[in-house]
Amino acid sequence: MVPLSWYIILSAVIFSIGVFGFLARRNLIIMFISIELMLNSVNISLAAFSHYLQVMRGQILVFFVITVAAAEAAIGLAILIAYYKNNPTIKVDEINLLKG
Amino acid sequence: MTTPQLFFAYFAVSMTVLSLLVVTRRNPVHSVFLMLLLFIHIAALYLFLNAEFLAAIQIIIYAGAILVLFLFVMMLLNLKQEETVKKYQSQWPISAVIAIVFAIFLSMIVGKITVMPPLGEYSIEAIKAEGTMMTIGKVLYTQYLLPFEIASLVLLVALIGAVVLAKKSVE
Repeated sequence: MVPLSWYIILSAVIFSIGVFGFLARRNLIIMFISIELMLNSVNISLAAFSHYLQVMRGQILVFFVITVAAAEAAIGLAILIAYYKNNPTIKVDEINLLKG
Repeated sequence: MTTPQLFFAYFAVSMTVLSLLVVTRRNPVHSVFLMLLLFIHIAALYLFLNAEFLAAIQIIIYAGAILVLFLFVMMLLNLKQEETVKKYQSQWPISAVIAIVFAIFLSMIVGKITVMPPLGEYSIEAIKAEGTMMTIGKVLYTQYLLPFEIASLVLLVALIGAVVLAKKSVE
């Protein structure tokens, strides 16, 4: 039997890697991928809790998280394309149109 | 270590390595393909947790839809000049410190959990008697009907928003 804490620690490690990728990379697409990484790590912990506490709530929550992740990816990439048409760059430190 | 623990150790190590590779590759296409491998591992982990439905939608939605979306967008952008410049922002050491502190902090919390709530009614035998899909469907369409409808609304907004944002302006 695998202890529950192993899943939670795995989830924490992957989440932290996602945080690092989001904060450190310059490429906007990799930043989106890092967000997906973080959402997935949360999903792992939700599914683990759902299994170990013998409730269905965790799995249902994973379902909704995946829905929101799909919507977020679609909208984010659409904004990226709309921006790229005017300013052909995807480096976040060069995207500064809103800078005062 | 017992066999399940060995399996879990393999998944934990490979998932950590894969996610590190995903955030450090220079070429985003490589990142996406490593992400695909990672998602397959996560789906296997869901099977390990008796969540067959989640394993299926992990493959179908994440690997089948979201990653393909990423690949399509990369095809529309010209990424050639991106590959020559430096890949990290100037503040990357601070980001690394934040991430490591965060991981240690979260892992320390886990040891402090001592009180667990009482076990629910969905034991493995109960799920087995009814079938996974039946169990999830019953909960989803009764107890979580309103969130389910809101989720469909979220998807509709995303659909319309993506079309409106990405289309050519007409004037």
